[in-house]
Amino acid sequence: MKTALGRIYLTLVLIFLYAPIATLMILSFNSSKSRAHWGGFTLDWYLGLFSNEEIMDAFRTTIFLAFLSALIATVLGTAACTGMQFMKRRDRSIIMGITNIPMLNADIVTGVSLMLLFLAARVSMGFTTVLFSHITFNIPYVILSVMPRYRELNRSTYEAALDLGAEPLYAFFTVVLPDLMGAILSGFLMSFTMSLDDFIITHFTQGPGFDTLSTKIYSEVKKGINPEIYALSTIMFLVVLLLLFFVNYKPWVKKPAGKIIVTTKTQVVVTSGKGGS
Amino acid sequence: MQLQNNKLIDLQHITKSFDGNMVLDDLCLYIRENEFLTLLGPSGCGKTTTLRIIGGFETPDKGQVLFEGRDISDLPPNKREVNTVFQKYALFPHMTIAENIAFGLKIRKKSASYIKDKIKYALKLVNLDGFENRMPDSLSGGQQQRIAIARAIVNEPKILLLDEPLGALDLKLRQDMQYELIRLKNELGITFIYVTHDQEEALTMSDTIVVMNQGYIQQIGTPESIYNEPENAFVADFIGDSNIIEGIMIKDELVEILGAKFVCVDKGFGENNPVDVVIRPEDIDLLKPEEGTIDGIVTDTIFKGVHYEMCVMARGFEFVVHSTDYFPVDTRVGIRVDPFDIQIMHKPESEDEKAVEIDE
Ligand SMILES: Nc1ncnc2c1ncn2[C@@H]1O[C@H](COP(=O)(O)OP(=O)(O)O)[C@@H](O)[C@H]1O
Ligand SMILES: [Mg+2]
Repeated sequence: MKTALGRIYLTLVLIFLYAPIATLMILSFNSSKSRAHWGGFTLDWYLGLFSNEEIMDAFRTTIFLAFLSALIATVLGTAACTGMQFMKRRDRSIIMGITNIPMLNADIVTGVSLMLLFLAARVSMGFTTVLFSHITFNIPYVILSVMPRYRELNRSTYEAALDLGAEPLYAFFTVVLPDLMGAILSGFLMSFTMSLDDFIITHFTQGPGFDTLSTKIYSEVKKGINPEIYALSTIMFLVVLLLLFFVNYKPWVKKPAGKIIVTTKTQVVVTSGKGGS
Repeated sequence: MQLQNNKLIDLQHITKSFDGNMVLDDLCLYIRENEFLTLLGPSGCGKTTTLRIIGGFETPDKGQVLFEGRDISDLPPNKREVNTVFQKYALFPHMTIAENIAFGLKIRKKSASYIKDKIKYALKLVNLDGFENRMPDSLSGGQQQRIAIARAIVNEPKILLLDEPLGALDLKLRQDMQYELIRLKNELGITFIYVTHDQEEALTMSDTIVVMNQGYIQQIGTPESIYNEPENAFVADFIGDSNIIEGIMIKDELVEILGAKFVCVDKGFGENNPVDVVIRPEDIDLLKPEEGTIDGIVTDTIFKGVHYEMCVMARGFEFVVHSTDYFPVDTRVGIRVDPFDIQIMHKPESEDEKAVEIDE
């Protein structure tokens, strides 16, 4: 009885979560422009997408932006974690608390405040401002991913390396970094995903003539809904899904991954919800 | 008490505190070449901190670390000619055993063939031939420990620091490893500074034992002298079972315990001064009533395999006695102790057992 009810509940939840996305995916193969009836299977919308210069441009920008912002955030975030290791416990938890705030903060608030900051600093909006913003909101994800690994790291391996004659930097790169690599890679992929996924913050910090896929979709939708957008959204959803799969199951880590799973699982829900919008 | 020649490491007036807590207070200690020196004391007494100061992982607040007479207080760990075997092994998990052992040699830019030979030699030395390509997590605790030792000794350090290296191993393995370590030390001819809180381990392995408590050195000496002539109640209590009784030194070679006069061999404690008296359980002879110095009643008897451990209540004090003779509970017995088995100690001056002055 109990398990049957549980199954029904689970099924309902899954339907609520995935039905909109399923609809979107089906419509992206519908040869009729109408959303009401099925006109037969087609790949035209996908083909149209790839020949649409504006969209391909936005696509390249998005990937480049995601890659660069994730890369910089990963370096900065890992450095921050390393620094925090040398702090007293109390200071460390204060810093951790501060870095968590942007993650909990509503995107719209982060977006608007960044915009105000750029305006106040008289920086002209464009790729640089968006990149800066993405780095800002990506760093906490890197810290969230790397910090627990640092905790469980056997600190004496670093000291053992020094003991055997290694300079501190050499010891860090040969002994500490390889141990963190799995967590760093997770952090990078999470950042990459967050960046791909972001609409609101980009929307507030982009300048004229700059578009990522999500802002492009938004402006297209304002003009009128076009099935090409369904196709594009479907691709984005699948890419994000794939990335999150990698983040969660860490095929590059031998032993089962730790706590971080929980945080990214909720993230799966959040992002897939967004992906369908 | 220690010989002065060939001081390899000389710790001079080392003081160290963490967040206002004094962990080491004016510690003076030297280690001679080829010595097996053990720092022994209860958990938290500052053994690891002392070792980390020698290794260069902590900087003393005051005092100096001399290595062959040179001040190395400001030298970072990677520039010191000592290697450490860490308590938790600290093998590099993503490297093979061979890569682990080669780590220090590669930094010293040794040739590939030299490194290969050294790895082979070191693995043979720790009885793990053929383990070159295994990963650390596929090894048992005892094997990892031996790899950690191999990794340290291939660098031919002048001194090997070992922080409770056998602490995580089970009893049988620990005893085997004790012999292995002594063999290694003799084969390599290097100086060992060993940390343990296990008094039996210290007594078995060391040339010199340094007994520490609360950041102070309590006594330095050979295992025999630490065991037979503890200088204060802490040492006596920490090293093996002991009967520690308050007494009064009547005059040289005569002490009053529990109202009875015992002949001893100690001199120089003045007349009618309060002292602590240590008598080891195995040094008490049980006789017929009236035949000993004082009488008592057996209150408890346990068979310990080789001997019986008995509790004897005499004049309000419960003696622990080890004897191969069996006396049932409630037997009246006479207690006798040979004069040279009575160890007289100064009473500590303060509550927290201040350091005993060690004459250098
Ligand atoms: N890095 C540190 N920060 C604060 N306190 C420390 C630190 N290292 C050691 N201590 C304190 O110093 C004391 C001695 O520690 P330690 O040298 O590790 O003792 P032992 O090895 O004899 O058990 C302990 O009370 C411990 O809590
Ligand atoms: Mg310790």
